[in-house]
Amino acid sequence: MSLFSFFTRSRSAPVARDRLQILLAHERSLSGQSDLIAVLREEILAVIAKHVSIDRDKVNVKLECGDQVSTLEVNVEVIDQPKSAPN
Amino acid sequence: MPKVMVVTSGKGGVGKTTSTASLGAALAQSGQSVVLVDFDVGLRNLDLVMGAERRVVFDLVNVVQGDAKLPQALIRDKRIDTLTLLPASQTRDKDALTEEGVKNVIEELKEKFDWIICDSPAGIEKGAQLAMRFADMAVIVTNPEVSSVRDSDRIIGMLDSKTLRAENGDTFEKHLLLTRYNAARAARGEMMNVQDVLEILAIPLLGIVPESNDVLTASNVGCPVTLNTPDSMAAKAYSDAARRLRGEKLEIVEPMERKGFMSRLFGRKAATA
Ligand SMILES: Nc1ncnc2c1ncn2[C@@H]1O[C@H](COP(=O)(O)OP(=O)(O)O)[C@@H](O)[C@H]1O
Ligand SMILES: [Mg+2]
Repeated sequence: MSLFSFFTRSRSAPVARDRLQILLAHERSLSGQSDLIAVLREEILAVIAKHVSIDRDKVNVKLECGDQVSTLEVNVEVIDQPKSAPN
Repeated sequence: MPKVMVVTSGKGGVGKTTSTASLGAALAQSGQSVVLVDFDVGLRNLDLVMGAERRVVFDLVNVVQGDAKLPQALIRDKRIDTLTLLPASQTRDKDALTEEGVKNVIEELKEKFDWIICDSPAGIEKGAQLAMRFADMAVIVTNPEVSSVRDSDRIIGMLDSKTLRAENGDTFEKHLLLTRYNAARAARGEMMNVQDVLEILAIPLLGIVPESNDVLTASNVGCPVTLNTPDSMAAKAYSDAARRLRGEKLEIVEPMERKGFMSRLFGRKAATA
């Protein structure tokens, strides 16, 4: 074991600190987003529910952020409405 | 004004229950009336750490569900008469606690005590959210280790958004309590040091509790470390932290390791030189 490696071998704390700083910067930037999705979900639901019956548990809102484009995906399952069926 | 304080962390096993017991005991030893509320439903342990496990009859869930009156569930400490425990239940029912029920219990406790200290379960789910919901302030218990620091960051985000005070735009005090701190390993760069963690989490430091056998002994015998070995480093760290909670401005001394690598290289003289 060289003298150099003796002095550096166990200094892993700076690595831990740097990794955390990068990771947390990323995670903090995302944290506001879950609220944004909740807000979008509620408002989209309200608009759709005015016109058709929907099952609130069968609504899926997903936001994906890419480098170039971000997409908002909304999946709503509409309940079959007997009244609209021709008699 | 009574204070509702949550002791939280995200990660398990970092020292929340130990810190709840020790800070609570230290506050009570200084004459404040304190109640410790165990929110870890299903995994109660605060009773054991406080040495009150054989005195539990009714618990928080019984009170919330109306099966017992609050005074019936409160356990007065036998050593410090200003210290009281409200144990958690061992039920496995995740929905045993309701927000409304917890709110009523906390309101009632506020009429009787100066400090209501809520020992949070680990995680970020309902249990942890209920423990913080009605708090005025928080102690975030963190170990100088990557996963603990990351989880603390997550919990700080939740304290800033999910507590009633945050929702109302009121101020919310947050204090960082660094526990299980091993000064020798931090000095050798094997473990993040105080500055590293403070820089990342950016909330004020309440104290530094060293990794210590006295803490293990204290929980073995069911007596908070501030009472069991008041002269130990860990007890002093907790007592000082409790004084800071009451607004005293005490300097925080970083624990120093005598047996650093210099002293191991050069023998005992280097340590005292
Ligand atoms: N400062 C310390 N030194 C040594 N052991 C500690 C210290 N703080 C906590 N522990 C031990 O760590 C374990 C987990 O502590 P606990 O308070 O139960 O954590 P949590 O409530 O966050 O899950 C226990 O065995 C406890 O005795
Ligand atoms: Mg615990």
